[in-house]
Amino acid sequence: MDAMRDWFEALLREATTVLVGDEVLLMNASAEDSDFARFSQARVRQVGSVEQRELEVELVRGRRHAGACLTLTGAPGEDGPRVRRTVERLRERLGALPEDPYLLYNEQARADPGAASSERVAPARLPAAAEAVEAIQALAAGADLVGLYAAGRLARGFGNSLGQRNWYAARTFSFDWSLYHSADKAVKCDYAGATWEPEQLARRMDEARRKLAVLGRPAHKVPPGRYRVALAPAAVGELLRLLSWGGFGLKAQRTKQSPLLRLVEGAERLDPRVRLVEDTRAGTSPNFQEQGYLKPEAVALVDGGRAAGALVSPRSAREFGVETNGASAAEAPEALAMAPGDLPPEGLLERLGTGVWVGNLHYLNYSDLPACRTTGMTRFATFWVEGGEIRAPLSVMRFDETIYRVFGANLVGLTADSETLLSSDTYQRRSTGSVQAPGALVEDFAFTL
Amino acid sequence: MLDTLARVFPQVAPKAEFCSLRYQSEANEALAVRQGVLQPPRLSEDAGAMVTVADGGGVGYAATADVSAAGLRRAAARALDWARRSAGRTLPGLAPPARPAPSGAFSSPVSEPWESVPLAAKVDLLREACARLKRDERIVDWSAGLWHTRGQTCYLDTAGARVQQSFAMLVPDLRAVAHAGGETVSRSLGGHGMARQGGLEVLDAVGFARAPERVAAEAVELLLAAQCPTGTMDLVLAPDQMILQIHESIGHPLELDRILGDERNYAGTSFVTLDMFGTYRYGSELLDVTFDPDVPGQLASYGFDDDGEPARREYLIRQGLLVRPLGGRLSQQRAGIPGVANARASGWNRPPIDRMANLNLEPGDLSLDALVGGVERGVYMETNCSWSIDDSRNKFQFGCEFGRRIEDGRLGAVVKKCNYRGISAEFWRGLTGVGDRSTFQVLGTPFCGKGEPNQLVRVGHATPACRFTGVSVFGGA
Repeated sequence: MDAMRDWFEALLREATTVLVGDEVLLMNASAEDSDFARFSQARVRQVGSVEQRELEVELVRGRRHAGACLTLTGAPGEDGPRVRRTVERLRERLGALPEDPYLLYNEQARADPGAASSERVAPARLPAAAEAVEAIQALAAGADLVGLYAAGRLARGFGNSLGQRNWYAARTFSFDWSLYHSADKAVKCDYAGATWEPEQLARRMDEARRKLAVLGRPAHKVPPGRYRVALAPAAVGELLRLLSWGGFGLKAQRTKQSPLLRLVEGAERLDPRVRLVEDTRAGTSPNFQEQGYLKPEAVALVDGGRAAGALVSPRSAREFGVETNGASAAEAPEALAMAPGDLPPEGLLERLGTGVWVGNLHYLNYSDLPACRTTGMTRFATFWVEGGEIRAPLSVMRFDETIYRVFGANLVGLTADSETLLSSDTYQRRSTGSVQAPGALVEDFAFTL
Repeated sequence: MLDTLARVFPQVAPKAEFCSLRYQSEANEALAVRQGVLQPPRLSEDAGAMVTVADGGGVGYAATADVSAAGLRRAAARALDWARRSAGRTLPGLAPPARPAPSGAFSSPVSEPWESVPLAAKVDLLREACARLKRDERIVDWSAGLWHTRGQTCYLDTAGARVQQSFAMLVPDLRAVAHAGGETVSRSLGGHGMARQGGLEVLDAVGFARAPERVAAEAVELLLAAQCPTGTMDLVLAPDQMILQIHESIGHPLELDRILGDERNYAGTSFVTLDMFGTYRYGSELLDVTFDPDVPGQLASYGFDDDGEPARREYLIRQGLLVRPLGGRLSQQRAGIPGVANARASGWNRPPIDRMANLNLEPGDLSLDALVGGVERGVYMETNCSWSIDDSRNKFQFGCEFGRRIEDGRLGAVVKKCNYRGISAEFWRGLTGVGDRSTFQVLGTPFCGKGEPNQLVRVGHATPACRFTGVSVFGGA
């Protein structure tokens, strides 16, 4: 049996018993049992375990609603009374709150309780955390490894008093690490998923050690200017993550704050080969959101280089008079995928010829949001390339460039394969997000400092 | 809570060389009115504890929201297990250093408690502020918000430490977005930088009541403004941009865990090295920077850090000379140099690491008029809206919401899309003027991210306006 799910079901049942009249209860759970092992210099810096259970309770009466988020113990006998008290407290608050014209939640279950219910329990094979720590240290022997291993069970659940239930559970691991040569010269790596295969980790560690050897060469410096660049999938992924910050949500678009507003309004376009999709089917996130709406398998956001759609939360649906497509309140992609192109990835260096191979980008932000001009830094393994061969590591460079040039006029091509980049974010809880990105070859990429 | 935990702690602490118990709770209420509509109001309550055990050369932690004796006992057993399994595998110098057992309490000053005003009245206050932001049809989105936090921490350890602290914080927010002719601009009340400890009296301290008309008018003014000029020139930064400049290019590079390499996989390293303390000229002689946990009402004031270490004011940079890093007692032990009490955790479920707390630039003797008066050609900028810096905290580029040209010592036309870039190691040496108390503001932000696993903490920055020379300034695309 799934103890997290039993806990959630028990709290939902208990809270439902205290509803009065036409009150409706929505509940969202986020639970995880996580092990974290932090490494520096291939030694353990901090190691420990965290058990956390979070529950969002939302009480709805007519068009009034009030919500609270609680951290709970995981023991239904102890948490149940607290949830009941919270429902009563929210009922008191409803009296002081106005009606909400934009309230919208999934009421499908009134007619058919099973209609919007869903379940996704991913299979997993993980080692005990202490075994993973031992394996990592054994493979890192003699290297300067720094990073984080995070693993364990996690679950997300939605339920309402109308009978709808949605459950997502997984046991996952994420090992996000770097091998350092010296100063800021390093190779960034990751290994994440639900099936731990020691030989996979060993292969990735060997590959990192091989790249590390190149970083020992004297660093090459280039003056600010425009360069032909090959962006590795991880670097493209960083650009896509930045675009996810306000780029695709309907509210940001309708209130003129989206960095892609000019694309949305037809004043700009991207290269016709650019296709972006919120690909929930291929992603690793739950397929439901806080008000109980299911996410479609895919939502096209950019197609043929033109805006094709937006992520619409229930609230925005009500505000702007359109249908929701199951976006969360933040209307940010959780499984953004860029379609691959036709450049053979193994020939990318050769196609680059002379220029810069960018392994990773770092600390991106908008330097002119309406123009979708972004700035950020190269980081980790970034190399100067001549005649299709890596010559030397490149000292870190700042770029300042518009997305309309990078994925528009200056895009030479996208690689024929793409990588799934699982999010290693652990702010408050372990992320379930992902990005799929191909590599890209871009002309005249502006380095400024 | 401290008394309850103190009764339980001896029962749950395992037989080990060292054990600590850190309890942390927070209750939040966030209210916002956007375009006259109350956004879904949210309450949150979060509480739990972390037990840390050191034994036989290993250190481990376990965190749980079950703070009953049974729950803490399970966490202690798990932490002990990690300590034993990590023995022989850890970095050197992680055993908690001996010290006199700290004991004491801290409480945020509050003169007008959040709870003293009913919910409906707070919603009315926000409705009224929000309505005053809609001054022009070109304002297409506008909102007013308040985010209140009440928190408590307790720290106990087997060496006899006994600390309790309580906090109250308020984050006010006003925002107006103007749009016309394909151009969008935003103006806010200090970005996210107006956070302070206290109750509703914070609203007076940050000028919340009189701000909506100014925020709205400046949004429209920006819409019509020319772009920020491009070139190398003098730059005067207002306090609500200075806090970002201090944060990114002094605070983060001085964090001792970055210097020691712990953050290299995520937040990054530092251009500062251990041998630079006591000898390196960080900035001009006008630059005085302090770690100051004692400023009443500043966002990250406290009596003790999350390792229970008593906190006190220290100079980090004095007359431009780098003298001390931002490193807690464990990092100090590892590095062999003195630091400050800044081991902090974002919550009960994350272990303490070196963080900024209150990091302040001490005031000088120039009024704003005098700062501007010393500029022949330059730009004055307010309110951060874009930030990016390299992983060594050297090559930065920052953007501001609002700017004005400076010509012949006078503030001139408003300019938009204000950006500047530079290199930390050079930028602070170009500091040519530091504002006096009349320009000094106590500010702070709830959003500073760092650490693996990731942690978001609140940091305070108090600063005057400052003037820099020879800065690369530019506008939009």
